[in-house]
Amino acid sequence: MSGRFKDSAHLIRVAAVFLLGAVVFVALRAAVIPKSFGQFGPYRGKALLEMQARPVKFAGHDVCEGCHPDVAETKAKGVHAHVNCETCHGAQAKHADDPATVKPVLPEVAKLCVRCHSENIAKPNGFPQVNAAEHSGGQDCKTCHQPHSPGFGSGGKK
Amino acid sequence: MNLTRRQVLLLLPAAAAAWEFVKAGTPDQAPNYNMDEHWWGMLLDITKCIGCGSCVRACATENDVPDGYFRTWVEQYHREDWHIEAPVVSSPDGGKNGFPPGKVAGGKNFFVPKMCNHCVDSPCTQVCPVGATYHTADGVVLVDYEYCLGCRYCIQACPYGCRFFHPTKHTADKCTLCYHRISKGLTTACCENCPTGARQLADLKNPKDPIHEFLKTHTVQVLKPHLATGSKMFYNGLDGSVR
Repeated sequence: MSGRFKDSAHLIRVAAVFLLGAVVFVALRAAVIPKSFGQFGPYRGKALLEMQARPVKFAGHDVCEGCHPDVAETKAKGVHAHVNCETCHGAQAKHADDPATVKPVLPEVAKLCVRCHSENIAKPNGFPQVNAAEHSGGQDCKTCHQPHSPGFGSGGKK
Repeated sequence: MNLTRRQVLLLLPAAAAAWEFVKAGTPDQAPNYNMDEHWWGMLLDITKCIGCGSCVRACATENDVPDGYFRTWVEQYHREDWHIEAPVVSSPDGGKNGFPPGKVAGGKNFFVPKMCNHCVDSPCTQVCPVGATYHTADGVVLVDYEYCLGCRYCIQACPYGCRFFHPTKHTADKCTLCYHRISKGLTTACCENCPTGARQLADLKNPKDPIHEFLKTHTVQVLKPHLATGSKMFYNGLDGSVR
């Protein structure tokens, strides 16, 4: 009986080393893995929250229309109804946050119109396209077309 | 060696401290957005795209995409009527400044806006050796820029060429589906600025989203369906020559 367990001290030593190894492993693993890992799935939860927290630069047309209902109304009646404000006016989140100090710069109409309306064979049938030089004879688009509701002869109107 | 009571008593608190360390992953407070209620995709209508490049410019502005790199871009396709296998594709500066009038006449001509397909079974996520690319519960594929080693496996793995190596962050980068916008109830920068409605963000979990009716009544296709990536970018009027 005593002969069977006389070397049991070996086992305890091995067990102690194993246990120490396990504790070190668990502690290291906990130290290395970020606390937010697994919060939403098998990735760092903070990475997702950081992504969500990034500031917005385009305010969105709902925000624009809140303060500029007159323009929204003009636009809604014309063929540019579905063109959102910031497509032409650029990112305006800063202006929307602080309209008193951050003033948007009026876009250059001559450059803007041709971005969409210059001729290209790949544009869908029925989309109004012009060769700008031939079409206007060098005149500014605004002379004849009001950008917010650009039917012919709308130029000059607000 | 015999463990004395003293030794055991010394070991126990150490083990307890280690266990506390393990459990320390307490989550931050949940954001004011329930990602389980959404499943994002996008509708891209070839029949409406005019190649103006508004989406490319808006994306670059919203996401500080460096010049010469693209999270979204537009391609112009030209093919002779029966030459479906050999289209001529051009994308000068990603279509950022629109497209020149073009000298080619005849054949079929159209624009194809492209971006990350936010695949359900995305190849990029599968190849990442460090788990830096992940799927969110609302169906968006994102990159953890702190985890990313910059090994570029994902860039090679994406069959749609939607990823690039960011020149200053030195990590992989790609479209986030404007996650910072859609989680605040806004649409993406490209959809917000598309003048013809050729791009429309779609919440596939929202039964009231018009996407459902559209998908039922139109011939809609995804890019490279044979790769079974589970793309959620639905193209209306997609020509067979588009790769």
